[in-house]
Amino acid sequence: MVGMGKMGLSHLSIARAHPSIDLVAGCDASAYLTDILEKHAGLKCYASLEPMLDSEQLDAIIIATPSSLHGAMVQKALDRGLHVFCEKPFVLDVEEGERLVASALSRRRVTQVGYHFRFVGAFKEAARIVRSGALGTVHHVRAEAYGPVVLRRKTSTWRSAKAEGGGALYDYACHAVDLVNFVVGAPTSVDGVVRNSVFSRDVDDEVYGTMRFAGGASGQLCVNWSDESFRKMSTKISVWGTNGRLTADRQECQVYLREPHEGPPRIDKGWTVRYTTDLSDEVWFYLRGEEYSAQIDYFASSIQEGRIDGENSFASALQADRVVAMLVDQEGVPAVAPAAEKSRKGLWSRIAG
Amino acid sequence: MDRVLFGDNQFFGVNHMSEDKARAQAMRFQDLQAIIDVLDAAYGEGIRTFMCTSHDRVAEICDYFRSHPEKYPDYQFYPCMPYAHKYANAVTEHGMFEALRMFLPKEGAIAAMLKGGVALASKDIEVIMHLLIDAEMKMFHGLRTPVVFMQNVITDLLLGLRMNDCLRIFHDHVRDKYGAEPGYITMNLPRLLDALDAVGIENPIVCANINKIGFRMCGGTRAYEEAIAQRRFRAVAMSILASGAIAPREAIEYVCAQPRIESLVFGASSRANIRQTKALIDEMTA
Repeated sequence: MVGMGKMGLSHLSIARAHPSIDLVAGCDASAYLTDILEKHAGLKCYASLEPMLDSEQLDAIIIATPSSLHGAMVQKALDRGLHVFCEKPFVLDVEEGERLVASALSRRRVTQVGYHFRFVGAFKEAARIVRSGALGTVHHVRAEAYGPVVLRRKTSTWRSAKAEGGGALYDYACHAVDLVNFVVGAPTSVDGVVRNSVFSRDVDDEVYGTMRFAGGASGQLCVNWSDESFRKMSTKISVWGTNGRLTADRQECQVYLREPHEGPPRIDKGWTVRYTTDLSDEVWFYLRGEEYSAQIDYFASSIQEGRIDGENSFASALQADRVVAMLVDQEGVPAVAPAAEKSRKGLWSRIAG
Repeated sequence: MDRVLFGDNQFFGVNHMSEDKARAQAMRFQDLQAIIDVLDAAYGEGIRTFMCTSHDRVAEICDYFRSHPEKYPDYQFYPCMPYAHKYANAVTEHGMFEALRMFLPKEGAIAAMLKGGVALASKDIEVIMHLLIDAEMKMFHGLRTPVVFMQNVITDLLLGLRMNDCLRIFHDHVRDKYGAEPGYITMNLPRLLDALDAVGIENPIVCANINKIGFRMCGGTRAYEEAIAQRRFRAVAMSILASGAIAPREAIEYVCAQPRIESLVFGASSRANIRQTKALIDEMTA
């Protein structure tokens, strides 16, 4: 386990509770933290990565350091032949991401990135319904993420530093982008991008943009981490198609169909609502949402089963990095409607082209 | 403990099934009087224990009860600490140690030590935990708090990390300083019982989801039922209705059929729902 901040401690707790994971060591630059974990959790700790890789016999590693450190650490771990779970966002540089994808593939290592929303029951259901064609031809998608992270002018963590992968773009928007990629597929271009600071000095607190899909469908991205009206991060995806509409958040998946769909899953005409109480698969250990446990369990089972192309692989997460890179490139460029073919043939054509 | 305890999720925009419903509740209960009216309705049905997080707004509720002792002579609070999003949001914004500093007293040796960047010695985590518990307990001063709970996100974080001695530190401090009985909220009941056993905590109060559909009962319904039947602990059942996924009669029938569950906690926003749920529990308990 490398990097034991907020996400890292959560992963550490879940991994240590997993029956088939033997978590042998942790690594963090903070002596405060490693002191506590050594004394009170009985965890062998290191202050930096290399000595840990040199001393321990590892099969796999979980990396939850600030984003700018991901690339080099992932490469070192792959060079030692380890399976790698890396927190999101994957890397900040698409070319570096491509090298890591290739490197993992050539070594046939299991890779996974912590886009935990793909393990949320309601979002899984949303993806399943869209893929089933129930909505007809999809023509629009909206992905939203709001929360109360930066509410004042002064901040001082790596999340507030641009060079380290801070800002709402990397912390919040990448989740919304990955959700779009998961539910309807990745956009081919973005425009009309706005990234503004509300309170932060160096980074964006809100991100908006228009997404364009190969088949002519459009999408909107709305992200704001300076919204105190939300108790915690709240993420929502809505998809409109010729046969109806779907909206999903962590709690529920609401579908409205104009005509019934045979499926699977079979969905009736009108409203169908399914809740987290019914969509969540049981996990062996619960800390803060089934999805956090489920993704670690999935990583462990991928290693056991040799599944190298599973959910949230490096290649999959790189798709989100690509869209994020487009959002950065297109910021401030005036929106121009792309000359995409406005075909209406087939259920999937507007999304998949 | 009383048979029926009143919960607080509905007051603070927590709903496990719908964000819209949670928001509607947050709007309705932004006025303190709206909360007091519901607590009064529950009190009118004989529910005199309020099991609540140390949310900032609970401080206002505490102020109200402190200033009306004659109206609620036997009223008591079961604090559940901490309200985790308060910490989680602060950690995201300020970093772990800066956030810790914010929640600790501004003066004193610990503050100075954190400021100086001195590594924490083995004994210090105990001191820090004491200070954090005391900070959370401040809003309840002068009120009866016979049971003090550790919130599930902290209990289960410590459980996963195997920091069992911190469960013990909480236990000892709640008993020694507040003369109260410590309790633990968890989503991992069987595993927690083992951990509490390991640090010598006997017959602990443990609050866990206990519902007919097995919602957030990690380890499985069967392991829970066995633990309830066979292990020595004082069970408090929460999420008995699984956020409304189970019809009330069926839900309460299931929980009351389990042996030796001492208390049930539920939250509701209307007098009618409170009355119905309380009456069902009374009926099935009798």
